[in-house]
This record gives sequence, structure tokens and C-alpha cells, in this order.
Amino acid sequence: MGRLFAVVVTVIALVSAAIFALHVWWLPPDISAHGSRIDRQLNETMVTAGILFVAAQLALGLFVWRFDVRDGMPPRAVKTFPGGVTPLVVLAILFVGIEILVLTFVGSKVWASVYQTPAPAEALQIEVEAEQFAFYFRYAGPDGKFGTMHPDLMNDATQNFFGLDPANDTTARDDIVVGTLVIPVNQPIDLRLHAKDVNHSFYVPELRIQQDFVPGMVIPLHFTATQTGKYELVCTQLCGLGHYNMRAYIEVKTPADFAQWLKAQAATS
Amino acid sequence: MIARFSALVALVALASGTTPREPHRPAGGTISGKVTFTGTPPKAKPIDMSKEPNCVTQHPTPVTTEDAVTGPGNSVRYVVVYIAAGDQGAAPATDTVRYDQKGCQYIPHVAAMQVHQPLTIYNDDPHSHNIHPLARVNAEWNKSQPKGAPPIRTAWDEPEFIALKCNVHPWMHGYFAVLSTPHFAVTDSSGAFSLSGLPPGKYTVTAWHERFGTQSLEVTIAGSETKPANFVLTARPY
Repeated sequence: MGRLFAVVVTVIALVSAAIFALHVWWLPPDISAHGSRIDRQLNETMVTAGILFVAAQLALGLFVWRFDVRDGMPPRAVKTFPGGVTPLVVLAILFVGIEILVLTFVGSKVWASVYQTPAPAEALQIEVEAEQFAFYFRYAGPDGKFGTMHPDLMNDATQNFFGLDPANDTTARDDIVVGTLVIPVNQPIDLRLHAKDVNHSFYVPELRIQQDFVPGMVIPLHFTATQTGKYELVCTQLCGLGHYNMRAYIEVKTPADFAQWLKAQAATS
Repeated sequence: MIARFSALVALVALASGTTPREPHRPAGGTISGKVTFTGTPPKAKPIDMSKEPNCVTQHPTPVTTEDAVTGPGNSVRYVVVYIAAGDQGAAPATDTVRYDQKGCQYIPHVAAMQVHQPLTIYNDDPHSHNIHPLARVNAEWNKSQPKGAPPIRTAWDEPEFIALKCNVHPWMHGYFAVLSTPHFAVTDSSGAFSLSGLPPGKYTVTAWHERFGTQSLEVTIAGSETKPANFVLTARPY
């Protein structure tokens, strides 16, 4: 029975490692300027953790195979780790702890290079408003200025998702508010994330971007998309009953198509 | 003696309340007219339903907001016109009001009903909706209706204009106009309405619109005549 367990453990370890190593379940192709850094970091983490995982599981299988006690065999003396259990546990904690610290240190450098750097000056500014259970996007319109947000004026019934006051605020009148994030390819995009009610999250796997919305905070987020196409933006913070349904689409267009789209939107807003 | 006479009148009124209504050709006078606007109404805004692909395919041309639907000749749709004063205890409305959630829209956008009138709410879409009447005078509730769920059968106890929203689809909005009178109408796409079956008397007719406010007119009905009542509401672009 012990030998069967050893075989099962070994097979599970090798099959699950192969699934990741062969990228059977993997992220969709990267379409962002910064994504290669995230992917490299993810690979390093998976390789490091994977080697340790496979080594530990193979050792477990080997020991179970080698020291299996079958019916009729005389009991064996158990050899203990030199010094007993305490140095074994301390060594294991140190070994795993150092690995995690190294991965965190290297990973946080990559994370900071994406999330803690300012957006380039030429970035296109777009406001994002997340609410139960949809995302809305606002462009400044032909005047290049965003109207001021007044939370008390937010009204879904009139599609005033950003609480604009066009009656008194002339900069708000040409603001373009849509339910799909349309952006030009190869141009830096500078988002400002607002949450109307509870925590939400902005997750686009293809863009290698995931950032929470927090009510009361305006959170900057910037990226550059490098391929045209239509991608899904999903909320990854459990935000209520309709969380499963909270999504929007991102359309990455050529600069000419984007300009045309923006012009058409300005005409109807 | 007066008390006994009042009781008799009340008894007669009660008895007449149980007689079936004639929805098509009720006896009495009629008040009919049209609701129009002056000023500049807000632009109808296109609604992006892309997060619900079922609803996108149900609308070959994009749906627009319905909070201010205007038509030729400055007509205004979805105005509730009702007898606000002068009602003489007519038989209560007992027919069931049907309200639909279809293509991620509330159909009709505005439904008028009398207090205690049966209301049945259907989900005709192949996905969930969560209707949430934002009642302030009546008890507020919200109910989820997954695909194929049975209709919600309910009624309202107090007169109130109740805004509706869907907790899953933020763009879905509508109104329940719950009235104490059985004499009410919602204007059609030409802004027209008709209130019939009115016994002789002096009436206050009120028009209510969710963005353009309310307006009232006094109309006196002498017999089985049709009296006009036209409302001109003030529209603002924002």
C-alpha cells in the first residue's frame, strides 16, 4: 500500500508540473508594453517554486518507497534528523522563508516599475467609474477638460454615472461617457479609477494589469496596449450579488479608427 | 338620520364597486388630450449593453434612454395623467398589470396602476435580473429573477411614484406610478391620453413626468361628453 502511495504521489507531482511547464493552462498572450516583465517574473516564480515542489514530492515518494513496512516485516528503527525535530523545522522555515523573501524582493521591483511610476506626459487620460455591477469610462471631450464630479448628482436613470453638472459646469457638457473602454494602440493610457459603492477590481489578463478600486480613493493606473482587438475587463473583487456579471470590453483600435470613434462619440454626447 | 343616510350611501357605493367594469365603453364623460413640451429636452443617450451579449443581439439598433422620450409636434411619451381630485369612488381597477424585463429594458418604461391592483413582473430574458423598486412610502424590496423564474406577483398599498432599477444592469430604469384613482393613463408615442368613464363633476387632472415635473388642470364634466385637456410641460436640456 505504501509503495502504491509513493507511485501516486510521484505521478501527481510530475503531471501537475508538466501541465504548468508546457503552458497547458496559461495566461492569454500579452498585449502590453510592460507585460514581458510580469511574464518573466511569473516564470521565475513558477520555476523556482516548481523545482522545490517537484523535489519535495519526489523525495516524499522515494522515502515512502524505500522505507515501506509491509505485513510480516520486522519493525525498523526510525532514524531521526540530527538534533531532533526543532532544527529540522527551523531549517525548513529558513529555507522557504529565504525563497519567499527573494521572490518578493525581485517581484516588488517589477511591480513598482509598472504601478509606482508616473504615466508619460503624452498619455491619454480616461476616468473609470466602477459600480455594482458595471464599469463606465469618461473622456474629456473636444475641450480637453474633465467636468467636475459631484457624487450627489450621480444618477443611473439619466446615465449620469460620473455625477456631472452640465447645467452649471460648461466643461462637463462635452465629456464623453461610454460603457466600453476604447483606446488607441501603442499610446500610453492613463486611467483614474473611482469606485461609487464598494471595492471592485480592474483586471485585464491580456494587459497583465490588475488593480483594485477603493471607494474614496482616486487610483492612477497606466499602461500601453500593443495589439488591436477586443478584450474583456472583469471585476476580481467580490462586490455583491451581481459580481459574476460585472465586466466590460476593451477595444484597442488603430490611431485613425480611434480618432474616428472619438469624433462620432463627441457628436452624440 | 343623517348618519343612517350616509351609511346607506356607503352601502350603495360598496355594492356598485363590486359590479364588473367595462374597460372599452364605460359610461360617463371622457377627458382626452395631448402632452407636449416647450424648451429643449435632453438628448436621448445610447445605452451600451455590451456586458450582456444576449441583450445586444436583441437590439439590432442601439437602445436609447427613456427618461425623456419626445416625438413629432413636441409630444411627450410616458407621462402619467390621472384624476388627482374629484374622484367619486369608482370601481377599483382589478385587471392585472403586466410588467416585463426584456432585452435589458423595462417594458413599458412607465406603468401606472391603482393601489392594490395586481401587478405581475416577468423576466423574459435568458439571464438574471434583479428588480428593485426604490419605494419610500411603500415597503422597499428587491428580488432576483434568474432565467425561467416564475413571475413576481405583487401589489402596492399606498399611492407613490416609485423609481425602479435593476441591481444587475445599472442602465435599466423605470417607474411604477401607483395612484389612488382608477382613472389614469400613460401617454403614447404621440403624447395622447384619454380618461374615460367619468361621472359628471369637477375634476383636477394632473400630468406627471419623471423629468419635466407635474402640471394640473381643472376640467368639469357635465354628461357623456369628451372634454379636452392639453398639458405643456417645460423641458430643460440637463
